[in-house]
Amino acid sequence: MGRKLLLDKAHIEGIRYYDVYRKNGGYAAAEKVLKNMSPDQVTEEVKKSGLRGRGGAGFPTGLKWSFLAKPEGVPRYLVCNADESEPGTFKDRYLMEFLPHLLIEGLLISSFALGANRTYIYIRGEYAWIPDILEEAIKDAHKNGWLGKNIQGSGFDLDIYVQRGAGAYICGEETALIESLEGKRGNPRIKPPFPAVKGLWQCPTVVNNVETLAAVVPIINIGGDEYAKIGIGKSTGTKLISACGNLNKPGVYEIDMTISVEEFIYSEEYCGGIPDGKRLKACIPGGSSVPILPANLLLKTAKGEQRMMTYESLNDGGFPTGSMMGSGGFIVLDEDQCVVRHTLSLARFYHHESCGQCSPCREGTGWMKRVLQNIENGKGKMSDIDLLWDIQRKIEGNTICPLGDAAAWPVAAAIRHFRDEFEWHVNNPEEAQRHNFGLAHYADPLPVVAAAAAV
Amino acid sequence: MAFRGMQSFSTMAEEKKLFKVTIDNIPVEVEPGTTILNAARKIGGDVVPPAMCYYSKLQGSGGKCRTCLVKVSKGSDADPRPMPKLVASCRTTVMDGMEVANITSPEVLDARKGVVEFLLLNHPLDCPVCDQAGECDLQDLSYEHGTEATRYEFKRRTFEKIDIGDHIKLHMTRCILCYRCVFTADQLTNKREHGVLNRGEASEIGTYIKNSLDNDFIGNVIDVCPVGALTDRTARFKNRVWFLKPVDAHRDCDKCCGKTVLWMRGDEVFRVTARKDKYGEVEEFICDTCRFEKKEAKDWVVEGPRKVSRHSVISQGHYVGVHKPHETIREVMSGRDPKLLMNIHSVSEVNQPSVDLSKIDGPAHSTDFPKINGVQ
Amino acid sequence: MAVQFSEEKLNKVKEIIARYPEGKQKSALIPVLHLAQESFGGWLSAETMDYVAALLQITPIEVYEVATFYSMYNLKPVGKYLFEVCQTGPCMLNGSDNIIAYIKEKLGIEAGETTADGMFTLKTVECLGACGYAPMMQLGKFYKEHLTRERVDQIIAECRAQAGN
Repeated sequence: MGRKLLLDKAHIEGIRYYDVYRKNGGYAAAEKVLKNMSPDQVTEEVKKSGLRGRGGAGFPTGLKWSFLAKPEGVPRYLVCNADESEPGTFKDRYLMEFLPHLLIEGLLISSFALGANRTYIYIRGEYAWIPDILEEAIKDAHKNGWLGKNIQGSGFDLDIYVQRGAGAYICGEETALIESLEGKRGNPRIKPPFPAVKGLWQCPTVVNNVETLAAVVPIINIGGDEYAKIGIGKSTGTKLISACGNLNKPGVYEIDMTISVEEFIYSEEYCGGIPDGKRLKACIPGGSSVPILPANLLLKTAKGEQRMMTYESLNDGGFPTGSMMGSGGFIVLDEDQCVVRHTLSLARFYHHESCGQCSPCREGTGWMKRVLQNIENGKGKMSDIDLLWDIQRKIEGNTICPLGDAAAWPVAAAIRHFRDEFEWHVNNPEEAQRHNFGLAHYADPLPVVAAAAAV
Repeated sequence: MAFRGMQSFSTMAEEKKLFKVTIDNIPVEVEPGTTILNAARKIGGDVVPPAMCYYSKLQGSGGKCRTCLVKVSKGSDADPRPMPKLVASCRTTVMDGMEVANITSPEVLDARKGVVEFLLLNHPLDCPVCDQAGECDLQDLSYEHGTEATRYEFKRRTFEKIDIGDHIKLHMTRCILCYRCVFTADQLTNKREHGVLNRGEASEIGTYIKNSLDNDFIGNVIDVCPVGALTDRTARFKNRVWFLKPVDAHRDCDKCCGKTVLWMRGDEVFRVTARKDKYGEVEEFICDTCRFEKKEAKDWVVEGPRKVSRHSVISQGHYVGVHKPHETIREVMSGRDPKLLMNIHSVSEVNQPSVDLSKIDGPAHSTDFPKINGVQ
Repeated sequence: MAVQFSEEKLNKVKEIIARYPEGKQKSALIPVLHLAQESFGGWLSAETMDYVAALLQITPIEVYEVATFYSMYNLKPVGKYLFEVCQTGPCMLNGSDNIIAYIKEKLGIEAGETTADGMFTLKTVECLGACGYAPMMQLGKFYKEHLTRERVDQIIAECRAQAGN
């Protein structure tokens, strides 16, 4: 059984409420920080912990905090990114629904470290019932002296506000989120300047994911060094994985980055395998933007080593044969799923969510969607596959924000690993309307030659 | 006080120090805070990246069209690491010792070709009926950086043409969403009434509810528009730009500088615009009175012919104020003129050296040519 | 009917504006538009948006720009019950296409349409962050997850019963 730091108390009846949370060790970390630590000491602990941003990019949190500009007389802001919209990802929702006080405690400690007196939780608009849960928790925290003026006699003031979005994936990008919080369209800003210098209302701002900020609580509780001991290499601590797709037990799991992908999918402790005895065809291990992998490259790396649920191991092989941890949205496709259709669904998603500000993404996402529609509907040409490849190549890296890359990678990876299936769709347009390409050879062991070439 | 003292000290230091930057192996020294694009403009010529959305006179513009992408192969002397992605040169400031590749980078040219294709994907290519033809940045861009054909096989998006006020026509189908007109309204008028609506591919410039733009300076959106999306209704379809003669003119105006270009034919003023520099940016914004209401020669003091680049189609009407271009070919061929493969005049009546196009009434037809200038 | 928030809602607007520093009331736009949509028939008319602009002392175009950007704002009237069914990757893997087809058949409408009685509108939407509980849809404030044909029947019946009261 892996170590749990975030969800260890999730099973306790009533943990959503202040009294139960407090009775079970809640706000102990906040107490420790406000009584005995300086803001810099908190940042130092977070740095030592090796905590990496849990929103998707995996940037070291302590380092991000240390970039925050601190000009005299200018307010600084912490913004909690709860705009969880990456397909396959629903972990932050779980934290906020069941452990709202854990997030608030994390926000309190982090705001203290950053010197922010006004902190916003920007939550996706569709999670319409969660602001009520959070606001109730904030009210209780206020009542018990954990928010407001001079918190626990420390002289530190903090107010937390919940802001709902209104339906835009792009607002998960930190500068688009800031724009949205300012009451504007969610158009990402052109960087630099970075939010750490000019963010919300042109003031220095840190934007962190819900899970990242919640993880600060156990880091303070057990100490940064102890936290860093959990996991492998630079993948320290625990990570929430939201598993979905074709799984017996989809849901949110906390893993301590020491288990293998195979164990995660098949063990009873986690996802419990694939329903109806079907076989694994493919998986997107870190939210829809990261490269899809066929079964044979998912469970083992191209070098033939067991693939682990860590940042490094999931990334092993880079784009050609690896993928990414991303946001932890773990999407599993069984043998009856069609990769072309699934890719089309994701292309449609990115087309729908492009903000339209820069030309490659605005025009390219729709183009990819339409070409994929043709292939899926039996109207594709062989040259369309190369065309798709070329379009994604011309979007990737050439846009203002990472949505361009996020739209390009799923298409690129699908063609890279499942080209046979695309070609089969083109060559057998009628048959492709009746049934799927199936598992094909995607679960077969990698031929030694291919494995060697991939390295 | 100590803080203030330090600040002024650092400002002084900054004033003295110029940053050395190399663009396509050509060195240039610029002030800190200069963008790569403006450093390239200081060098001039082919190394200047094309810019469709950036407009130096509009704060916040740029970064969106992605045509000006360049490669930073060395970040600075202090941190020589290259930048991982291509960057928008209009919004990236230089560092001391930075090395930039524009036309010397195949990666940049390839990306730019992609961007041009994206920009043209939904563009109607209705140049033959577009008033902007001949002075269109997108037309120039696609000639210089595009490919000859599109690979897009789907229906292009279209919008209804709308009149936003008495003077301005919005033809959204041609728009490339550069946002310049939005910045113009924000920064030149006191109340912006149009903006970008909807999202992604469906984004459009509009007023949402039918609304006419009414402001003394709103006409400037026509001049900043890089394509034919915003055109002057008082000059629409009246004449092709290359049949008109641009002359610099001015008048005493209580609202603006009054310095304009009149687009004339004979004594008739077809159109009034601001004066534009070689990057297509206006030198000074003008007011709507000058632009839309002063359409007679007697309203103006004519200064003389406007200088026009010989590469511009406007110069094809044997226009007098043409810049002599820098003749690279002649130079590299040790003074010899290149040999033309074909004499176009032997097969076409159009553009005969003796034909003065500006004398033709209205659009030119091939039958008009023999009739004028005594050519039979 | 003139667009006008009740006293209680106006207090709510004040409370929202107070979350931001002085002069940053534009930040209240998105929450206030939500409030307006709830209060004025489930959609945002130009009149409603102009009202919000006046309340927040911003120009109407600033409101239109935002209202047309975010997918949760309805710019046309919708039915009393809005079924927003997710169709993105993980939901698709779990048969959202069949659920959408079933709802279309059951209600006799296409996506984007409203039933003749003005009761139901069907909208297909992109990922709502309930991938582990797929297929799913949003109905008002809440999610309806693990959809099956039977569950859809039940939801429609519940809506009808509620509307009958």
